[in-house]
Amino acid sequence: MIQVEHLTKRYAGFTAIQDLSFEVSKGEIVGFLGPNGAGKSTTMRILSGYMPYTSGRVSIAGFDIFEQSVEARRHIGYLPESTPLYHDMRVHEYLRYRAALKGVDGPKITERVGDVLEMCSLREKERAIIGTLSKGQKQRVGLADALVHDPDLLILDEPTIGLDPNQIRQVRELIKNLAHRRTVLISTHILPEVEIMCSRVIVIHKGKIRASDTAENLLRNHRAAGVVRVELSQPPSDVLSILSALAGVKDVSEEKTESGTRYHLRTDAEANPSEDVLRIAREKNWHLTELSRRKPSLEDVFVDLTHGD
Amino acid sequence: MRVFLTLLGREVKSFFYSPIAYVVIFFFLIASGFNFYSGVSFLNQSPSEVTVVEAAFNTVLFWFPFVLIFPLITMRTYADEFRMGTIETLTTAPVQDWQVVLSKFLGSLLFYVLLWAPSYLYFTAFTQITGKQAALAAGAFGGSYLLLFLIGSFYISLGCLASALTSEQINAAVMTFVAIFGSFVTGLLGFIFNSPSQAVRDLISYFSAVEHMSDFSRGLIDSRPIVWYVSMTILVLFINLQVFQYRKWKA
Repeated sequence: MIQVEHLTKRYAGFTAIQDLSFEVSKGEIVGFLGPNGAGKSTTMRILSGYMPYTSGRVSIAGFDIFEQSVEARRHIGYLPESTPLYHDMRVHEYLRYRAALKGVDGPKITERVGDVLEMCSLREKERAIIGTLSKGQKQRVGLADALVHDPDLLILDEPTIGLDPNQIRQVRELIKNLAHRRTVLISTHILPEVEIMCSRVIVIHKGKIRASDTAENLLRNHRAAGVVRVELSQPPSDVLSILSALAGVKDVSEEKTESGTRYHLRTDAEANPSEDVLRIAREKNWHLTELSRRKPSLEDVFVDLTHGD
Repeated sequence: MRVFLTLLGREVKSFFYSPIAYVVIFFFLIASGFNFYSGVSFLNQSPSEVTVVEAAFNTVLFWFPFVLIFPLITMRTYADEFRMGTIETLTTAPVQDWQVVLSKFLGSLLFYVLLWAPSYLYFTAFTQITGKQAALAAGAFGGSYLLLFLIGSFYISLGCLASALTSEQINAAVMTFVAIFGSFVTGLLGFIFNSPSQAVRDLISYFSAVEHMSDFSRGLIDSRPIVWYVSMTILVLFINLQVFQYRKWKA
């Protein structure tokens, strides 16, 4: 659905994205992650046909976004980052206008607008003037606009920004439901969302792709895949060397707490030394006050991939 | 075509979403009504050869509000889209750039025509009440309105171009005013200075809106001003399209 080859965008004096290549196939939900300023919005603006690129090639549903822009754009439902809307129009008026603009057949407009109002729970607000809506409501109007012509491809730039947790859940359900027939490229900072929703994750940093894989694989291959936390109230002197020697443990760090000493054991993805720790603690009569295992989150991976340099 | 009409529909409607359209209409009606009134009373006090159409369209009272309405009509066409960011949703919809440019121009032009529509009533009312003709011939009457339309097209295209250059309405308004006032004053130079030579005078009269109006309102429908305004409008719209597409130029 999306094919990006060696995409580069340079502004005067700096390179926003550099030699980006990726593909998104039909039916995928791809999370597009990266810190602020990594080039996410620039990439999405290029994919949506808003901005030209410096070099490379982008094709959407088989159409070149630059050469056959209008044909390509017909397939895209795009929600820009700041959700721009005409603040002086009414919600249903705006959606009818957008539907007509995007080529929905006249008789079908009412039906489509009704559908997206329903989907984005905007029924009660359909006669409201957009400028008077709350941020979350505006966000949903933008989403309704992106959906109104029933596009094959959705490009959503931070669609859940400004929504409350309930609305975020709604939007997430909405996107998951849409995904059966559609392709979705979504950028967000809410990483648990991505883990739940996306079939694949692309992480970019400083204009380059750092990782492109399923969330599971990213977690599995992450170098600090798991952490086991052990807290002892009176640690014997050899505890560090014993813990380090356990199977699957990569390294151990130590931290003083109010009630004793806490050890963080970084492990392989599959390893779980908790039982070993428990067994040794019994044998050696350690005063174990805490033993817990934390699975790595996408956040750890994200921080690791985009941290520093 | 359907996409174009959708765009045009929004452009026209967008005038009436905000109070500014009503304010413009209100003041324009006052100004043009007062101008008509003073034209009629001028003829009452000092009977002369001119018709009421000539008297109404050839005064300072006519020209002054006339040049002021264009910045107000056109200033938000593009500037507002840039400022609100809606340019992004507009241009990522499957629309052609020329459709956007033409719809913004025609939308403003339609509003301008609407602004002038009530003035037709002045002259019909005048004819009804006094039993006298408002103009010497249909040509003088139609000619005046034709010229209003042509000058309006040119000035509106200038206004749209100015608006496409900025994201601040006020900048657009000032640029438009300067451009229109500049071209208007150039046409007055022949009156202001005792013309240096006949050749310069002739040159200036080619693009003097004031002289064109004095001809057309007497029924002298000359093809040269028509060609001038139509071709200038097309030229400015073409530049407007290039400016609008500037964002798509590959760096």
